[in-house]
Amino acid sequence: MRLFPIRGGIHPDYRKELASEQAIVSLPMPATLYIPLQQHIGAPAEAQVAAGDLVKKGQLIARSQGAVSAPQHAPTSGRISAVTLVPAPHPSGLAQLTIILEADGRDEWGELPEAIADPFAAPAQAIKDRVAASGIVGMGGAAFPSAVKLNLGIQLKLDILLINGAECEPYLTCDDRVMREHAAEVIDGARIMAHALGAPRVVVAIEDNKRQALAAMNKAAAEYPNVAVIAVPVQYPMGSERHLTQAITGLETPAKKLTADLGVVVHNVATARAVHAAVRFGRPLLSRVLTVSGGAVRNPKNIEVPIGTKVAELVAFCGGFKSEPSRLVNGGPMMGQPLPSLDVPVVKGTSGILALTPAEVNDAQAGPCIRCGTCVTICPCGLSPVEMAAFIRKDKLDVAARLGVQDCVSCGSCSWICPSHIPLVHYFNYAKGMLMEQNREERKIERTKTLAEAHAIRLEQAALAKKAAMDAKLAAAKDKANAVAEEQAGA
Amino acid sequence: MLVAVGSLTVMGVALGGLLGIAARLLAVEENPLEEELKAMLPGSNCGQCGYVGCALAAAALAKGEAPVTVCPPGGRAVAETLAKKLGVTADLSAHEDKGPEYAFIEEDLCIGCTRCIKECTVDAIVGATKQMHVVINEACHGCAKCFKVCPTDAIKMCKVPLTLSTWHWAKPEVGQTLH
Repeated sequence: MRLFPIRGGIHPDYRKELASEQAIVSLPMPATLYIPLQQHIGAPAEAQVAAGDLVKKGQLIARSQGAVSAPQHAPTSGRISAVTLVPAPHPSGLAQLTIILEADGRDEWGELPEAIADPFAAPAQAIKDRVAASGIVGMGGAAFPSAVKLNLGIQLKLDILLINGAECEPYLTCDDRVMREHAAEVIDGARIMAHALGAPRVVVAIEDNKRQALAAMNKAAAEYPNVAVIAVPVQYPMGSERHLTQAITGLETPAKKLTADLGVVVHNVATARAVHAAVRFGRPLLSRVLTVSGGAVRNPKNIEVPIGTKVAELVAFCGGFKSEPSRLVNGGPMMGQPLPSLDVPVVKGTSGILALTPAEVNDAQAGPCIRCGTCVTICPCGLSPVEMAAFIRKDKLDVAARLGVQDCVSCGSCSWICPSHIPLVHYFNYAKGMLMEQNREERKIERTKTLAEAHAIRLEQAALAKKAAMDAKLAAAKDKANAVAEEQAGA
Repeated sequence: MLVAVGSLTVMGVALGGLLGIAARLLAVEENPLEEELKAMLPGSNCGQCGYVGCALAAAALAKGEAPVTVCPPGGRAVAETLAKKLGVTADLSAHEDKGPEYAFIEEDLCIGCTRCIKECTVDAIVGATKQMHVVINEACHGCAKCFKVCPTDAIKMCKVPLTLSTWHWAKPEVGQTLH
């Protein structure tokens, strides 16, 4: 299959060898799990349990709310001790509603939905409903509800289901290990998803540095003629869905459009595996594989972790820190976000926990821009980071928006390459947040205006109605007076 | 020579007079800028700016009597659009943006007098005589008119809390570097 080049990109030191040869191990069930109600993009789930309730493993504990949302299930059996505010694994450190589950140690399964015996004969809607009910979200990190993405096939004609096994972030090896150890499950899940989407072809794209994963996936896919496993060049950010689509099809996704508009839907390998478990066994998404790595971790590992485990327990499971970490990262080092503390739970979108030593972190002071233009050359989105940052620094967000700051995927290549250590991607994240806030405020004002107009119309109508009622009353009184007068005249 | 000067003078006087009359007769009654500015304001006539309704605030803005930060519930977004329209640079740093607010009714203190309902120009308060009232958060735009009329101080103004979905990164603090 012919591959197409993608624009720009960088080649950071991958440091995957720290964890890549560590087989996936299961974490012993923690005593307490903290399951946040919002682990996905969209509306938070609504708790269906209260303190004191007993739950079984796999039982629904929070239902999905709204069109873009996902439910949560109990990762083990036990007792709900509270539904309360707990700090979220988010750079802000803000708290969010979280269900706290005390495990009883028995790990008893509750009643699960029937397995779909022959998913390829089942209607597409049955598969989508199962994926939605199982709480599956994009496990590459964005955590977008997968069932919503599977619905794209209804309006659009899809050609390819692209399974993203690029894993271009340095350090992370969880997708690599999942492909090596559970290749058949990933391929089966991908084929089921392609059936639900109505996509005739499945393409699994894996970066060329994961030879064993490529071999395992090729072997698992050998018997299916519509499934192709492809090695893509090692180039960050190959794992971005827009760039992977471009590498496979040669088509660039236009701004404000989806890859689905080009006939391609992208799902992560771990998501495919979760779909396999949900459809074939009726199991909701209760755990995920993630990488704990970094120079400060004593024994880096790939661990299958129940959702809701505190990060501190993972670190302890990996033998703790061998040196004081200078930074804790949730996700990969390029696009991951700083962790406020170890006292936060693992969620469905957590792909890795990194503890980096001072030598691995670049804390250099930002210097003046030397106009080298490297950031422009390497920007994979074809933007001009230096120019956008200059405008944002001067609070000219509208100009930055015109230059396309909202098309930035925040891959961080510009910040990584900048010889003056200017925090370029930080500027863009700030600008995108501010633009979104302005948009929210504008919508609120629009809404206020509509409400105020409706209020004025209502008052006017009420006044008219009152006047009409008064007139009618007066007329009636007059009639009565007339009638009385006539009667008297008659008498 | 005299004829030329005389005829030109007469023409000047006649045309000048004509223009003068036309200016009086065909005068534009309202400043069109006012209408445009009014459209940018929330239009709920809450009165927090100190003017009687959004129309008068727009008039003051058009005359340059009011700063672009005149509208408290409009916040930063309105101030910026107004500044852009009027071609002035809004000094938003001096403007104390207390952030969006919403009204909250303490259920225990509400006596169901319906005074707040009558004040609310966006129909964000639900309730009836001698029944407890409640504010619909999504509809409230924090104008605080209800807050002022409540006889039992049952209404308090709360800040719209920062959530995971509204939080965003702050502007990077880079020293005096040029880039």
